[in-house]
Amino acid sequence: MFDRIWCMIVKEFLQLRRDKYARFRLIVPPILQMLIYGYAATFEVNRVQIAVMDFDHSQESRDLLSRFTFTGRFEVAKVLSNEHELKSLIGSSDIPMALKIEPGFAELLRKGQTAHLQVIVDGTNSNTALIAVGYVNQIANQFSQDYARDRLNQMMPALAATVPQISLEQRPWYNPDLNSQWFFVPGVIGSITLMMVVTLTAFAIVREREIGTLEQIMVTPIRPFELILGKTIPFFVVGLADVVLVAVVGTLWFQVPFRGNPLVLLLGVVLFLMSTLNVGLLISTLSSTQQQAFVLGFFFLNPAFTLSGFAFPITSMPKAMQMITYANPLRYFLVILRGTFLKGVGLGILWPQMLALALLTSVLLLASVARFHKSID
Amino acid sequence: MNDVPSIVVDQLVKRFGAFTAVNQVSFEIRSGEIFGLLGPNGSGKSTIIRMLCGLLTPSSGSATVVGFDVARQAEDVRRHIGYMSQKFSLYNDLTAIENLQFFAGLYGVKGRALDERIAWAIKMSGLAGSEQLLTGELSGGWKQRLALGCAVLHRPRVLFLDEPTAGVDPLSRRQFWELIHQMSREGVTILVTTHYMDEAEYCNRLALIDEGRIVEMGTPTEIKQTAVKGDLLLIECSPLGGGLAAIKQAPGVIDASVFGAALHVVVSAGRDPVTELPAFLAGHDVRVGRIEPISPSLEDAFVSLTGSRALSSEPPQ
Ligand SMILES: Nc1ncnc2c1ncn2[C@@H]1O[C@H](COP(=O)(O)OP(=O)(O)O)[C@@H](O)[C@H]1O
Ligand SMILES: [Mg+2]
Repeated sequence: MFDRIWCMIVKEFLQLRRDKYARFRLIVPPILQMLIYGYAATFEVNRVQIAVMDFDHSQESRDLLSRFTFTGRFEVAKVLSNEHELKSLIGSSDIPMALKIEPGFAELLRKGQTAHLQVIVDGTNSNTALIAVGYVNQIANQFSQDYARDRLNQMMPALAATVPQISLEQRPWYNPDLNSQWFFVPGVIGSITLMMVVTLTAFAIVREREIGTLEQIMVTPIRPFELILGKTIPFFVVGLADVVLVAVVGTLWFQVPFRGNPLVLLLGVVLFLMSTLNVGLLISTLSSTQQQAFVLGFFFLNPAFTLSGFAFPITSMPKAMQMITYANPLRYFLVILRGTFLKGVGLGILWPQMLALALLTSVLLLASVARFHKSID
Repeated sequence: MNDVPSIVVDQLVKRFGAFTAVNQVSFEIRSGEIFGLLGPNGSGKSTIIRMLCGLLTPSSGSATVVGFDVARQAEDVRRHIGYMSQKFSLYNDLTAIENLQFFAGLYGVKGRALDERIAWAIKMSGLAGSEQLLTGELSGGWKQRLALGCAVLHRPRVLFLDEPTAGVDPLSRRQFWELIHQMSREGVTILVTTHYMDEAEYCNRLALIDEGRIVEMGTPTEIKQTAVKGDLLLIECSPLGGGLAAIKQAPGVIDASVFGAALHVVVSAGRDPVTELPAFLAGHDVRVGRIEPISPSLEDAFVSLTGSRALSSEPPQ
């Protein structure tokens, strides 16, 4: 029995050794993706190019506008003198935002009335727009608070000293600088592993079906579970190596901390790999050509990324979508990854995720073994 | 050769949905016999073999291979059979010897037997000196013999060959049949499918199969004699199509069909067609070039049994 499984494993690695393209595919794209995600996938908005229109030309308006460049979040790319320029600018250039101060801004402020700062944004990239508007809000609030305090100080210093203030002091645990790379790198490890393992496994089996060697193997005395193990163990090993590779690159390059117990992470990785191998296996039993496997893989992987909490928080999804995420192995693995990397939590907290992955693996295995028997008929 | 049946097939049926690919097929094959399934593409040959290997479950009927039921004892069956599928698939990215080692491992051939059998397979396939070449670089004939080697490493008692010579050059094909005959002499039972008529002549016994049914069974000679009821003539004429249409109306003609550039015509025995037919055809504006009696081939037998000419007439020399 072990002889036959061993025989399958040796064969798989012999083929891998010969296949230059496969080796390339195992090493280069994961690292590349890690770097791309690490640099590009960020929620922060920095150095947004803005245009400004100051029709008030007052001390106050200049003070407010200067605060925008001061933070480093914005850069004044253009100073406009009339509205017509604005129209053509927002639609056609790299400047997604403009600030406008009407004449009489300072006048209103001095009278103690509400003055307006108008923000014009290009809403086509709603994510950036939203985040940038958030920053504008913060800056404007700070300005009006400071202005109010200064005025009070001038007019009634005694009273000013007694006005209470709430200042927001952000203390994000686990990721004190709210560094998006810290959030993304563990996620990238999960998604890359998922993609590699599912496609490799499915393709390897379907290829044998296509060239006919699967049939040739099936007439030997090999048992179905030996065949399945012989076909999945190599990709388990490969998947494990890929996780380590991507994790090492991610942590060394992006300086993401690893605070947890490596053994807990290892357990999570093993369970996750087993569930993804089984997804690949299931896809392979449902396809008779590599083309079909590709399409099925695509149909699985796309929602698996979207509905994992990798980028979009699961708690903000509609209830029905949330239900679907429970069947997604990546969902659990991401919690394990972020938990072990950033929070340093152990099995005491992560056991539900581990259990879920184990259950998912068993269900998928049963399904694919059942299909595997039938698939030849 | 002895008389113990090695393969017994009884009323075997395979349906794919509403389509019946194999319909009530029964035959017995003795140990050491070379039994051929001859039929056009899509007639159900591969489906029969795949049921006998335990790759497909029969819809009804039963079959035993070396005494084991193919549906219920597939694992026992597999220990005793060798199978070369229609695509005779090997790993092109493994060397010849790695392919042999892989299949030996799956069949549980170990130790001394392993070295011995691999050495034998290499010698048999004529690969000595080329064992380290990638299989993908081997020619069709070598690949085919290597695939045969992989299929018989464990000394099976029964060998299933599904169109083993498809796409292989004529010389390799003859060498291959030499090997088959040698194995048969050593007592291996061989079930082979083909749609090449000349190859069918190499079999001890044949079943002609059409649309999932066996239409005739026997030795090649028996089949040819019983199937063609009358005298067979070869007629070269022009136009060929007009000649075919006309001759079907001629007195005494039982059947006629196109074979290559000529007609094969069956006439009832006891007439004198060599003088009668040219005269008849001349009356229909058909010029006769050559007309002579010939002995029926398996293809003639097949045509007269099924009324179709679906078999490949590609002449494998
Ligand atoms: N798995 C299958 N599902 C549906 N139809 C099939 C299947 N395998 C074979 N067939 C059909 O059964 C018929 C016989 O096929 P096959 O046994 O391969 O013929 P042959 O080997 O004589 O060319 C064909 O019409 C084929 O399309
Ligand atoms: Mg076939």
